[in-house]
Amino acid sequence: MNGGFSLYYFYYLLEGMGWTVVLSALAFVVGGAAGFIVMLARISRSAALRRLVFVYVQIVQGTPLLIILFVVYFGLGIFGVEMPPLFAAGLSLMIYCSAFLGEIWRGCVEAVPRTQTEAAECLALTRWQTLRDVVLPQAARIATPPTVGFLVQVLKSTSLASVVGFVELTRAAQVINNSTFQPFLIFGIAGLLYFALCYPLSIWSRALERRLNVSRRQA
Amino acid sequence: MSVVVKLEDVHKSFGLVEVLRGVSFEVSAGEVVAIIGRSGSGKSTALRCINRLEKIQSGSIEVCGRRVEAPDLDLRALRQDVGIVFQSYNLFPHLTVEENIVLAPRRVKNVKGAEAHALARTALEQVGLSDKIDAYPEQLSGGQQQRVAIARSLAMSPKVMLFDEVTSALDPELTGEVLRVMEKLAKGGMTMIMVTHEMGFARRAADRVIYMHTGKVWETGTGAMLGSPQTPELKNFLANEL
Repeated sequence: MNGGFSLYYFYYLLEGMGWTVVLSALAFVVGGAAGFIVMLARISRSAALRRLVFVYVQIVQGTPLLIILFVVYFGLGIFGVEMPPLFAAGLSLMIYCSAFLGEIWRGCVEAVPRTQTEAAECLALTRWQTLRDVVLPQAARIATPPTVGFLVQVLKSTSLASVVGFVELTRAAQVINNSTFQPFLIFGIAGLLYFALCYPLSIWSRALERRLNVSRRQA
Repeated sequence: MSVVVKLEDVHKSFGLVEVLRGVSFEVSAGEVVAIIGRSGSGKSTALRCINRLEKIQSGSIEVCGRRVEAPDLDLRALRQDVGIVFQSYNLFPHLTVEENIVLAPRRVKNVKGAEAHALARTALEQVGLSDKIDAYPEQLSGGQQQRVAIARSLAMSPKVMLFDEVTSALDPELTGEVLRVMEKLAKGGMTMIMVTHEMGFARRAADRVIYMHTGKVWETGTGAMLGSPQTPELKNFLANEL
């Protein structure tokens, strides 16, 4: 066992950080698509569909992400479904993102004044045209800051994927620590790397929020 | 003259509150009708029932030969025939003036490219705002926004236009510019039903004035009626308005 932290280990951490980014992006894109569908279902005219998806959202929001991960990784394994760790982590995070983003976006759609929908429907636009041309573009502006803010949450949550053996930043740090026994140093560096990813996103989210407030004041 | 809008014994309640208690009137093609009355008299609700923004409980409404209360009504066909302009303009803030105007013709009537552009220009000329075609709503004054809202409605070439207190949010000067546009429309032969608090305008521009009180048509007549009210309620209302 060679002691001491070397540059080689640092590269290993950076590689893990790369996988953290990949997993976050994957979760966000796929989860965003699913979240969009959740949002559409939550504002649907069908009460049954609204209720069904509401139950889905409540269950996901009321379950720790770690449990979702275990269910997906070990649970599906019992049925003989071969689960590569990246896939299991991606699927779990997708479920997690779809529930939260779906609710965030539903709130944004409902924040667009009803009079806008009314005006569009009085011009003989269909419900779908009204949503696409009038409501969603306005909702998207409102949604950007909280969505970027949520991206920070997702990025940090990917650290849970380490428990199913997916070597992202946290797992990489654990592996190194197992051979160097310098937890303060190694997890400290891992923490700084997370911070380096999240902080710019937080700044961006806050800037977007400021810009939104300014344009609202003018409107 | 053919009847464009016909209400017969219309009743409408919001919960336990009966807002319309048997409203009947007719509007013929090319006629300009002003509905006046105090807040809560049901005049805006009556207007909103005409293009089914509100559903009625009983009675019947006929617009351009369509039964509005019928369950199988083609709502989008009705709304192509009936334009409406709101007190709060309700322009789409993320679209330019031109995009606001051509959105519905594009989507509903499949008007394209140069034709859509020409449509926007014609509509804006009618309201005297040709130079604002590329502006965003937030760059315009309230009066200008309301005129764009009128242009947006005109671009769908409706058979009848509804105006729901369209000047109530404007100061007197801006009110004037909007009323001038409406007078021009009236002279051009547009069938118009307007809920208004502008008594001078109602008297000048309307062929007929309907005074609503407690959910009923209380008194009706030409603009001259405002000079010689028959009922004490209208007399009282006019005294308070002036």
